[in-house]
Amino acid sequence: MTDMPFQIEILWTDFLIFVLIGSILAFVVYTLRHEHLRVPWRQVARRPLAMGSLVILLAYVAVGLMDSIHFRPAQNEQHQGEVVYVNEVLSLLDMAAMPLRARTEKTYSAPFAMHAFSKEMVEYPDGRHAREYPRLLYGGAHLQEPVERAGDILSRAGAATLAGFGIWLLPVTGFLLFWHKRSESWAQTLSRLVRGEGDFPWRTVLVTTGILIVLAANAAYLSLYYHIFGTDQVGQDVFYKSLKSVRTGLVIGTLTTLVMLPFAALFGIMAGYFRGWVDDVIQYVYTTLSSIPSVLLIAAAILTLQAYITANPESFTSATERADIRLLFLCLILGVTSWTSLCRLLRGETLKLREVDYILAARALGSSHLSVMARHILPNVMHIILITVVLDFSGLVLAEAVLSYVGVGVDPTMDSWGNMIVSARLEMARDPLVWWSLASAFVFMFGLVLAANLFSDAVRDAFDPRLRK
Amino acid sequence: MIGYIIRRLLYAIPILIGVNLLTFWLFFFVNSPDDMARVHLGGKRVTPEAIVKWKADHGYDVPRFYNAGNQGPKKFTDTIFFKHSVKLFLFDFGRSDQGRDIGYDISQRMWPSLAIALPTFLVGLLVYITFAMLIAFFRGTYLDYWGVVVCVVLMSVSTLFYVIGGQFLVSKLWHLVPISGYDIGVESFKFLILPVIVGVVSGTGASTRLYRTFFLEEINKDYVRTARAKGLSELRVLFRHVLKNAMIPILTGVVVVIPLLFTGSLIMESFFGIPGLGSYTIDAISSQDFSIVRAMVFLGSVLYIIGLILTDLSYTLVDPRVRMK
Repeated sequence: MTDMPFQIEILWTDFLIFVLIGSILAFVVYTLRHEHLRVPWRQVARRPLAMGSLVILLAYVAVGLMDSIHFRPAQNEQHQGEVVYVNEVLSLLDMAAMPLRARTEKTYSAPFAMHAFSKEMVEYPDGRHAREYPRLLYGGAHLQEPVERAGDILSRAGAATLAGFGIWLLPVTGFLLFWHKRSESWAQTLSRLVRGEGDFPWRTVLVTTGILIVLAANAAYLSLYYHIFGTDQVGQDVFYKSLKSVRTGLVIGTLTTLVMLPFAALFGIMAGYFRGWVDDVIQYVYTTLSSIPSVLLIAAAILTLQAYITANPESFTSATERADIRLLFLCLILGVTSWTSLCRLLRGETLKLREVDYILAARALGSSHLSVMARHILPNVMHIILITVVLDFSGLVLAEAVLSYVGVGVDPTMDSWGNMIVSARLEMARDPLVWWSLASAFVFMFGLVLAANLFSDAVRDAFDPRLRK
Repeated sequence: MIGYIIRRLLYAIPILIGVNLLTFWLFFFVNSPDDMARVHLGGKRVTPEAIVKWKADHGYDVPRFYNAGNQGPKKFTDTIFFKHSVKLFLFDFGRSDQGRDIGYDISQRMWPSLAIALPTFLVGLLVYITFAMLIAFFRGTYLDYWGVVVCVVLMSVSTLFYVIGGQFLVSKLWHLVPISGYDIGVESFKFLILPVIVGVVSGTGASTRLYRTFFLEEINKDYVRTARAKGLSELRVLFRHVLKNAMIPILTGVVVVIPLLFTGSLIMESFFGIPGLGSYTIDAISSQDFSIVRAMVFLGSVLYIIGLILTDLSYTLVDPRVRMK
């Protein structure tokens, strides 16, 4: 172990993310085995809009997952024969985006700019001094003259688009091989795809994938030569920051539900099932919690966490770890504020369910309360839980931005869309305007939230019995 | 009726005690007053003497629940719990960590908050119901479909973007109204119009879509079919019958926030420089003023509970089938 070139570092949120992935996989396997659960999902799968959104969501998830495998690379020189690891925690995404990460400018620069945003004293070789916009260290540094820029960008974008199409043809061919029937010609298979035949919207899925691949190819290739979304105040590439923020948004949107779900389900079902004093106590707890305005409760909790971190600085070895704890804590406290509504829904539904005949039959056959709740009631309220989870996601991603603005969101050093917007507020007051941080945060956030909203709509339509025709 | 209200008010007391205990636990157990002092005095290198002095200045230098060193009732009153938590029930918020009277500040800042929150609320309600009815009127058509799509797109944009975008377009580019600020009297209009518009627009997507489902749920019911069969025009059916019944679920969600209008909106107020309770809270959070945050938590819960009671009362007004038990 001592000679490893890196040391795996599992942060708390990483661990929970893997738990989450595990439970999602378990849920998928469980669903596939039960016909009555497959039916509504099939209905979701038939909606082109939902499937297109799912592809986009998966792309976000892939970025987020790459950013959730953390390690510390070994230092170059060894210390007394032992490998020493650097203090900085990196992720797979950091490694993949190393060119973006390492190439920082001095300060702001516009997207695709070759020159810095503000004038500086420049000394010429012949000894003259002048105040002008200096060339950037990296953005467009391969070009001699600024006039070459437009042509350069176009030709590189064209090459990247072609390459993207090339890559895209791989999944398309793979799909055609899988979809081809022996009885038909290849042209027929292709025309079936182009006309969008079949139950499953393959055409939408493949087109969305294609667009994503082409965009990714362009972004990847062009950002080797330019800062495609510009740079921020300290010269960091904004595109890189936006990519890093994906994980923060996903963690807030998913882990919050993961931590609150067991409590909401347990208490909600218990309150509805046992009634009496159990119901009173649980109702009291959630009325109390929900009566505190959530922003204030979060503010109070985050303030106390800050005081704790100030008092115990020795518990955290690195800034990443400190930011991670704060992120986790934020998820926890957001969970505390958001479990009450689900709990109330589950209580109401259980109140209805417990009067149903099959529950009575199960009790009469000698099932214990626990097994009735777990085997008969829980599966019958699963659709409520599922709908809540999917519907909450986009709201939580949006909430992160607001909370960061209020100052009780994620750690200010952590990359998040909220923090990008917060800094953009001051940038918008500058002249000339620094708009690219805001625009970039907007694009990334809007993409995620819109896809999540469209997908969750389809899930709700499929699972909500009231909407079923 | 009065007996019902009294019972509901009595039921609120244990909840407020719960809120109080919870905040007390958060602020004085999870964190000791020593931690608070350290945060305020700035980080690691703080002398113990400075901490003791800070605690004495702010009344945190007494035991939490029971003061054995005192005589008689002072054993209980001269404690942090009594001084900083029990007094909240009398709406005596004490002094902020900077030494200002919180109760006075709240009474001053309440009105600017209301000046922006109330118009936003009323105009918003009117706009959302109008849009929702319009979409419901054209149900099943392309207008319905695209209306919903626009709603989903609108609700996928963070409020912060609406605020920043609105300020940029209206104030910076078109110079129609000042970017931020506040004034009393007629002059306040030019400061309030933009926050109100932004507030209404930012809620349009989610609320219109929600209200649309309320309308659609009613539209498919039997009494609506009967009304149509009588020969009433579609508009008349919509206004006279559907609107009234769809108001029940709309009211449920809306009445509860009315008292909370006093506490204002954190984002709107801080972006537009309105000296209301929202910006008061934000300032308290950023300066880590624990006393103000505690007071606002308590005030917020009181108003929320009042909102719950109002919701129940409004139910009985709009729907006579609901009886008060």
